[in-house]
Amino acid sequence: MKKQFPIWLGFALALILLPQIFDTVLGISILNQMTIWIIFALSYNMLLGQGGMLSFGHAVYFGLGGFMSVHALNLIADEIIVFSITLIPLVGGAVGLLAAVFIGSFSTRKSGTVFAMISLGIGELIVASSLIFADFFGGEAGVTGDRTYGPPFFGIEFLQDAEVYYLGAFWLFVATLFMYLFTQTPAGRMANAVRDNPERAEFIGYSTRRVRFISFCAAGLFAGVAGGLFAINYEFITEENLNALTSGRVLLMAYIGGLGFFIGPIVGAVILTLMNSLLSNYSEMWMLYLGIMFLLTVLFLPRGFAGFIMMHQTAWQNRRLGTLILPYLITAIPASLFLAGFVGLVELSHKGDDTLSFFGLILGTESMLSWGILLTLTGIGALGVKLSGPRLDAAWVLANTVRSDNGGDAQ
Amino acid sequence: MPLIHDLYHSQSKKNRFAAQRSIKKIASLTIGAVAYTLSLTAASAQEPVRLGFMDPLSGTFASVGTSGLKALEFAADYFYNSRGGILGGRMIEIVPLDNKQSPTETQLQFRRAVSEELRIIFQGNSSAVANTLNQTIAKHNRRNAGQEVLQINYAAVDPILTNEECSFWHFRFDAHAIMKLDVLTDFIAMNDELNSIYIIGQDYSFGQVVADNTIRLLGEKRPDIEIVGNEFHPIGQVKDFTPYVTKIASSGADAVVTGNFGADMVSLARSIIDSGLTVPIYTFYAAYDGITATLGADGKDRIRLIHTDRANPLASDERREFYRAFKAKNPDSDITQSRLVNALMMVVQAMEQTQSTDPYDIAVKLEDMRFTSIAGDELWMRGEDHQLFQPLYISKHTDEGIEFDADNSGFGLFTEYEVSTEDTLTDHSCRMRRPRR
Amino acid sequence: MAEVFVFATLNGLVTGLLLFMLASGLTLIFSMMGVLNFAHASFYMLGAYFAYTLSTYIGFWGGLLIAPLIVGGIGAAIERYGLRRVHQSGHVAELVFTFGLAFLIEEAVQFFWGRDTKNYQSPELFDFALFSLFGQEFSAYRGFMIAIACLIFAALYFILTRSRVGIIIQASISHPQTVANLGHNVPLIFMCVFGVGTALAGVAGVIAGPVLTTFPGMATVLGSIVFVVVVIGGLGSLPGALIASLLVGLLQSYAIAADVGVPELLNQFGVSFDSSHPLDDLWTLNLPQVAPVLPYLLLVLVLIFKPTGLMGNREE
Repeated sequence: MKKQFPIWLGFALALILLPQIFDTVLGISILNQMTIWIIFALSYNMLLGQGGMLSFGHAVYFGLGGFMSVHALNLIADEIIVFSITLIPLVGGAVGLLAAVFIGSFSTRKSGTVFAMISLGIGELIVASSLIFADFFGGEAGVTGDRTYGPPFFGIEFLQDAEVYYLGAFWLFVATLFMYLFTQTPAGRMANAVRDNPERAEFIGYSTRRVRFISFCAAGLFAGVAGGLFAINYEFITEENLNALTSGRVLLMAYIGGLGFFIGPIVGAVILTLMNSLLSNYSEMWMLYLGIMFLLTVLFLPRGFAGFIMMHQTAWQNRRLGTLILPYLITAIPASLFLAGFVGLVELSHKGDDTLSFFGLILGTESMLSWGILLTLTGIGALGVKLSGPRLDAAWVLANTVRSDNGGDAQ
Repeated sequence: MPLIHDLYHSQSKKNRFAAQRSIKKIASLTIGAVAYTLSLTAASAQEPVRLGFMDPLSGTFASVGTSGLKALEFAADYFYNSRGGILGGRMIEIVPLDNKQSPTETQLQFRRAVSEELRIIFQGNSSAVANTLNQTIAKHNRRNAGQEVLQINYAAVDPILTNEECSFWHFRFDAHAIMKLDVLTDFIAMNDELNSIYIIGQDYSFGQVVADNTIRLLGEKRPDIEIVGNEFHPIGQVKDFTPYVTKIASSGADAVVTGNFGADMVSLARSIIDSGLTVPIYTFYAAYDGITATLGADGKDRIRLIHTDRANPLASDERREFYRAFKAKNPDSDITQSRLVNALMMVVQAMEQTQSTDPYDIAVKLEDMRFTSIAGDELWMRGEDHQLFQPLYISKHTDEGIEFDADNSGFGLFTEYEVSTEDTLTDHSCRMRRPRR
Repeated sequence: MAEVFVFATLNGLVTGLLLFMLASGLTLIFSMMGVLNFAHASFYMLGAYFAYTLSTYIGFWGGLLIAPLIVGGIGAAIERYGLRRVHQSGHVAELVFTFGLAFLIEEAVQFFWGRDTKNYQSPELFDFALFSLFGQEFSAYRGFMIAIACLIFAALYFILTRSRVGIIIQASISHPQTVANLGHNVPLIFMCVFGVGTALAGVAGVIAGPVLTTFPGMATVLGSIVFVVVVIGGLGSLPGALIASLLVGLLQSYAIAADVGVPELLNQFGVSFDSSHPLDDLWTLNLPQVAPVLPYLLLVLVLIFKPTGLMGNREE
């Protein structure tokens, strides 16, 4: 822990400074989303990355925590209970934990497919009941609250999103710290052991079911905390926040970021939040790009973006990271040409009789020249990647070959 | 980033305008610093009036959002930008805000709108989204005086938006569900051959409003009509409607009333047709966006819908010209919601009359505005609850007498029944809190 | 009441057999490769869209023949160049891959065909009522759907139990290593099974498209329910898949037809609640309202009490 103190300090500083850099309403709102999604994705990684439990219904705990938190906001506004807005995430966490204790009591008996399918079934059941029990879940319109009616917190009434951000950042820091500490506890370590080899874990006397149950409950707790933050930030919550779409999204975040690394889900949450809130402003086809990017990640970066960064560890230790820069750049040029051409083709084919302005060129769907330019660009890019690929491979092998004077094991 | 930036611009406004601007920029750079400053001042005087359009533009529900966006952009160009703009030469720029028909995304896009200083937002699809936006705007305007935002609701029909949940910052240009049902039940009540009705709808607030009010209104108008079924099905989850049709058939109903939309509407109608039932179907949203084409000849003369638009035959040449011009530019789409055109023209009129783009000024001017639409309809925006009153029409799905078809299928809507503006007036329970300036 | 029962049974049969067409391919893939193919229903959607486009040129029957071949080809290519690569990273990666694939296929369909509902019609040959009962018609096309599904079941059953190929496939399901050791090309078998499985989904799409409407959400509507069927039936069991499909189809159909709910049940016991009760929503619940979630309830119950599924004997 001591060794990592600078990292945590840096993390805290980054959280404090980020809203100073991105200070527009949009910037703050994206940062707020990130705080929520990072906690949620980290909690999901407790299940899948650390515990080996694939869940298709993790949004249930996020959503239930969120619903209860909005109801708590309303109780505060109606002066039925006196409670500080700043502690609302605890309400969400408690509800998430309760739900996880109940559902986990039967779903964690088995792992693998059985667990995954039970989580899917439970998720669908909860979503369906959310539309049936309109009093609690508010039907498809959801329930609304107002965060500004509670007792002010040192004069702060949370009128502005920026104030909410600092509250979210505080909870993000606390939640991340606790989730990290959890991985260091015996329970966290055993979760890894049960994931990797359940038989062996049983042999040395651990109940795999109990280990899974503990991870499951912890994940539910933190998902609920994220749900509580959601409630404060948006002041409403609907059925879509506990359905399969949200469950799928958190799976994508954790996977794209990298399951095997603690920092992975954070990376994934940041990337996906940015794509979701920015890319959709520029292109109607953004979901297509997202799908392609996702498939490419699964195919070529099986350990996610964090895994890709960590791949360079050996080269770093070999002090040969520098030798990779030039080959990377050489491949990056045709790759970006290919990307630009491909995006241009996709966009142009969707323009109808409109025109597309592409790096200052005005392209029309009717003109063969436009299509020709884009096709050539894409072709040259693809060819360039193909030609420069072997060189990159060779440089990679060289950089990762252990120097004879270093003496360590390969890999 | 520049690539994405260009894409965004090409999408958000018509490119002729973008091109003009960039040419202007290049010219000013070459001429030099003095000319550059001059052209900048000229540009700021011509700064466009930017209006937000928030609807699903990607995802499953996107077709209805994109067709609305096309219509609004075209109307802005056709009526104003090609005629020298508004407010002394300012162009109208429509900024698309893709909310994916999700309440959460709506909040995010609203914050983007605030960041980009869009103060007037057109929004229509899904009452859940409209409710969210209404409440978000109410909170935002209360907390950020001087940066108010105005919601122009052109299609969300949940009655509460101009009743219990009414807001000074919300104006509805569509008739709400109960107003439409009042006309629809009048029409049903006139038909003496109908003795029993089956109601089926999606299990959510609009479906329930339709069911409850159909039962209530028919009970008042034709107590002898028996409601032989009142069924809710989960929204968007039914694979096959035949089991429901079996129940309709065995109930012996003479007609079906439904508030379904999208795929649920098509599947239901197709299942009824395929099962050989010949009952008429009374609907809200059974046309355009592929639905008319899919129903085709099988649905002829048996599907009727209530809407705010006179369909064929068109009443005015002005509107006919507008439709032709739109079709010439967008051969694959139709003007599906001319309420959008009405809303745009009334908002612009309010801007011209106040010489202001401030939401508060516009809102005050819109209250009790009377306006004649391009179709010749008399419109009135009631000041008390911000509900627009307009003639309502019932049309049937047919291929006879169709001047403007839907989905290029040869089939379209033929208007059979109309109710004038005065006869659509209803009571309201709105107690509006007006901000003070 | 009798006519409701008869038609509910017929409807349940049609839905069940449609589910079976999807489930049969999925269960083959699932049991053989251990891949929970999330994109299976997307291949069903592709089948419907390809058949729609083909039908505008060469008619319905051409579409029925060619569209499944295209879909199967796409499926085989995805196995060869996608799944096989991901296979090295483990089952979770495979699953996540198919999850992303489902997402991408839906977007691709919207990209190529647009978002509107497609006007895909059944052939005029079947535009008559097979029989009419109690004033309601049962269309010939639905009869055709039943016939095709039965044909597929018979053919699959015959191939799997009577042919040499079938024996190899069955062996690969239960003992993949042994089959590889015997010199069979297991990757090739996998590719073919994946291709055939997706082609079956394609067939289902071709014949369901005209009845259940062809639109970009059609995969999502069916997506997870097929999964549920395969798991309830039990991994690797074709008869199990058939039983589970029919069970799910009939269960939903009967639930919609039955006009009973909690109020009727409570009346039996002479209990009643006034409408202002906080749990009012629960007391007014009726069976048709919850029909679509019954399969999930069944799934959870089956998994809790018999994790191998109804007919399965293998735990993954």
